[in-house]
Amino acid sequence: MSMKVASRQVDGVTIVDCSGRITLGEGSVILRDTVRDLLSKGNKKIVLNLAEVNYIDSSGIGELVSAFTTTKNQGGELKLLNLTKKVNDLLQITKLYTVFDVKDDEAAAVKSFK
Amino acid sequence: MAMTEQRVSYTLDSSLETIDRAEEKATRIATDLGFPEDEIMQISMAVREGAVNAVLHGNAYAADKKVTLAFEQTGNDLVITIRDQGKGMDLNKIPNPLAPENLLKTSGRGIFLMRSFMDVVEIRPSQTGTELKLIKHVRGAAAGGEEASQ
Repeated sequence: MSMKVASRQVDGVTIVDCSGRITLGEGSVILRDTVRDLLSKGNKKIVLNLAEVNYIDSSGIGELVSAFTTTKNQGGELKLLNLTKKVNDLLQITKLYTVFDVKDDEAAAVKSFK
Repeated sequence: MAMTEQRVSYTLDSSLETIDRAEEKATRIATDLGFPEDEIMQISMAVREGAVNAVLHGNAYAADKKVTLAFEQTGNDLVITIRDQGKGMDLNKIPNPLAPENLLKTSGRGIFLMRSFMDVVEIRPSQTGTELKLIKHVRGAAAGGEEASQ
């Protein structure tokens, strides 16, 4: 299953509902284009909802890091929401869990933005 | 299911499709051998990362270069070999992705993930490319209900 994204606004925060696989190729490109498009339109409070992301490879991990740093460099914030066990485990072993702000409740994620 | 002596190999193009095919074959073979679900994921992901390295960094998508993927059951091991025809890699130049200065890099985690998921990872650079060997010991149900000796 390839990756799909759908964006919605909640109290000034953009929630990006992602589903499928974030892997080298199409999945990584879709994520990259989505975040860049949001930032270019001034949406700088971004939550990636990964509840339906069932697979991610090292390229996908790299794309999450890229999305995080690109958003930060433009004065915004990007957080992760609802990690599946597989994605959670990957962020743990790569020590990226300490880098990302990871939430498991959407309302709390939205409120956490300054 | 106990493992028996078997070997299967594939010669694949240097394309994105090869990466997906390699992962699919790893998943199927690991499943057929009776590995538990978490280890099937580990094996398939390690093979995917190995295939990415072969296609992307080794052969650089060159149409005239092939990737060879082999699965072999030897005793209590699943041995996976991935060969490319690239210029080889300098293992000394692979940075530690867990070092604080590398945490925010967008690449360089593939070999680390392979080493995290497999029991043995051997990388042999040569003038004709790179050979990657991934070994997963068979335990529990996949070893016919007996723990594999180490």
